[in-house]
Amino acid sequence: MSEDYRRFIRLSQLPHVWCPGCGNGTIVKALLQSIGDLGLVQDQVVVVSGIGCSGRTPFVLDFNTMHTTHGRALAFAAGVKLANQALHVIVIMGDGDASAIGGNHFIHACRRNLKLTALIFNNGIYGLTGGQQAPTTPTGKRTTTSLAGSIEPAFDLVRLALGAGAGFVARTTSFDHKQMTSYFSQAISHPGFAVVDVITSCPTYFGRMNDVGEPYDLLHYLRDSTAPRDVCSGDTAFAPGADRMPTGVFRCETRDEYGDLCRRKIEAAVEKAGVAV
Amino acid sequence: MKAQRLIQGNEACALGALYAGCNFYAGYPITPSSEVMEILAQEMPSRGGVFIQMEDEIASISAIIGASWGGAKVLTATSGPGFSLMQEGIGYAAITETPCVIVNCQRWGPSTGQPTKGAQGDVMQAIWGTHGDHPVIVLTASDVRDTFDMTVRAFNLAEAYRVPVILLMDEVLAHMRENIRWPAPGEIEVVERARPSEPRGFKPFDGEAFLPFGAGARFHVTGLAHGPEGFAVADEAAARELKRMVGKVQNRVEELACFTRYRLDDADLAIVSYGITSRPAQSAVDLLRDKGVKAGLLNLKTLWPFPDHLVREAAANADLMLVPELNMGQLVREVARAAGGRCEVRPLSRIDGHLLTPGQIADAAVTPVREGATL
Repeated sequence: MSEDYRRFIRLSQLPHVWCPGCGNGTIVKALLQSIGDLGLVQDQVVVVSGIGCSGRTPFVLDFNTMHTTHGRALAFAAGVKLANQALHVIVIMGDGDASAIGGNHFIHACRRNLKLTALIFNNGIYGLTGGQQAPTTPTGKRTTTSLAGSIEPAFDLVRLALGAGAGFVARTTSFDHKQMTSYFSQAISHPGFAVVDVITSCPTYFGRMNDVGEPYDLLHYLRDSTAPRDVCSGDTAFAPGADRMPTGVFRCETRDEYGDLCRRKIEAAVEKAGVAV
Repeated sequence: MKAQRLIQGNEACALGALYAGCNFYAGYPITPSSEVMEILAQEMPSRGGVFIQMEDEIASISAIIGASWGGAKVLTATSGPGFSLMQEGIGYAAITETPCVIVNCQRWGPSTGQPTKGAQGDVMQAIWGTHGDHPVIVLTASDVRDTFDMTVRAFNLAEAYRVPVILLMDEVLAHMRENIRWPAPGEIEVVERARPSEPRGFKPFDGEAFLPFGAGARFHVTGLAHGPEGFAVADEAAARELKRMVGKVQNRVEELACFTRYRLDDADLAIVSYGITSRPAQSAVDLLRDKGVKAGLLNLKTLWPFPDHLVREAAANADLMLVPELNMGQLVREVARAAGGRCEVRPLSRIDGHLLTPGQIADAAVTPVREGATL
């Protein structure tokens, strides 16, 4: 690694709260590498999070950081970004954060297309509260609120984001550091709302309750339960009979960005008011 | 700009916000507050400000808090159902000491209730609505010009003390039109949030100085219990920080108390009212005086922190204190506590969606209390 990413870490706030073997640390390392690669000005980066294990990420990051309420990170981030569009606003959410309690904010952020980078740390379970079922828990998987296996279909967040209109949508796993870094850089550079669904591992709850094994085995589980989208049958993670979840960039399209439209509206209104006087 | 203008309460609120320098509004439509957002949608862009219609009230308050940390002066307006949803964000604004103004045009009843009927039923919710002990300032207004002034004051207090300020309006005030004298630029003081002398080493929760993101420092903001640097604390440190936050409001009761008195000096009968009800209450004072009853009015514009000293003083000189409200008796409990037995305190409720009339208030002041109608 060429970048000394420790300059992005609040060393005074270590140790972090994550369990040994948690995938979140790997995701954060890829994020920091991507921020370093892109040469973002440290003071101009804002990381906004919600609640849950992923929500604890900003504590250890030496940027402007905002740990908000459960599910609302995107709404807070919209305010930060619109008040100062020079800021790079990166939003970190858990899967429950983004798709259960924050589902409404998520779909509207996709639709509105304000330039925010949304990273979903998707471990398919509620970790911080002790392993309950999430909207992303694969059908049949055990959690503390579905001991006999989940009877609900799981949310495919890529398809949700695509359907709601997000311009950049990708999925990767915390197994694949190189792919994560690449997708994070593309997402941060995208001139509009960008989503990366990062499938990650929770050895403490998801792993133990589903007999996947040790953290090392969970990494293999991530590797073996996903595949590049072009070799998967169909573009869906949880289609009946589908045994592997597709990864890749599912959309990269530029359309009118909300912040830019907002600026143009203000410029036009200021000009008109000036003429009127 | 004309010196006199015929405008409605919601318009006075929106224009008062602009006078105060508000440059970010996020909101969600709801009766009877929607004109505030409609006017700001129209007026904000030409002044360089941002207007955004969010997907719900939770998003609206979250967005204004985010924008405040982005450096903006921020407002949202709503009514009961939306105000309930905003409680989560109000708590976050309180613990993160975020300057922001929330306007609640009160309407009748719980849930959907009667959206087009005025009420004063959200007083206790405004003070105590979000969970946990927390600082908040609650203001109200009783006419259109007062709405303009109190909106500016709400911003001034939010900015000066880094605290969420709630302005309680009501449906009648929101939609009532009055001809008001327009304040000239600079006529009303506008307060800006204090900046630290040096951005480096800025501690985000170490006093009233405020620095937005991207202004030369890097720091952490969280809804968890935190110390001056923004990082989590527990035990005695958490208690100390909570006490400091609440103290910002509770140690300034006299300074924050905004009120008017009307013929109160020699009053045996003190009417204590607030908001729209202060209008018929003032007329009731005149009616009673005409009948030879020495009545007076204490009109409270700051409902929280509660100005005990004003009530205590009025109670010491009065035999009876009447508290008319468009609810089943909310602020009267604070009044009775502050009066501390110095005089009789009598509630007067009206909850049919209509205003109390001067005659009803005057009658209640001189009619012996029915059994069971006291506190």
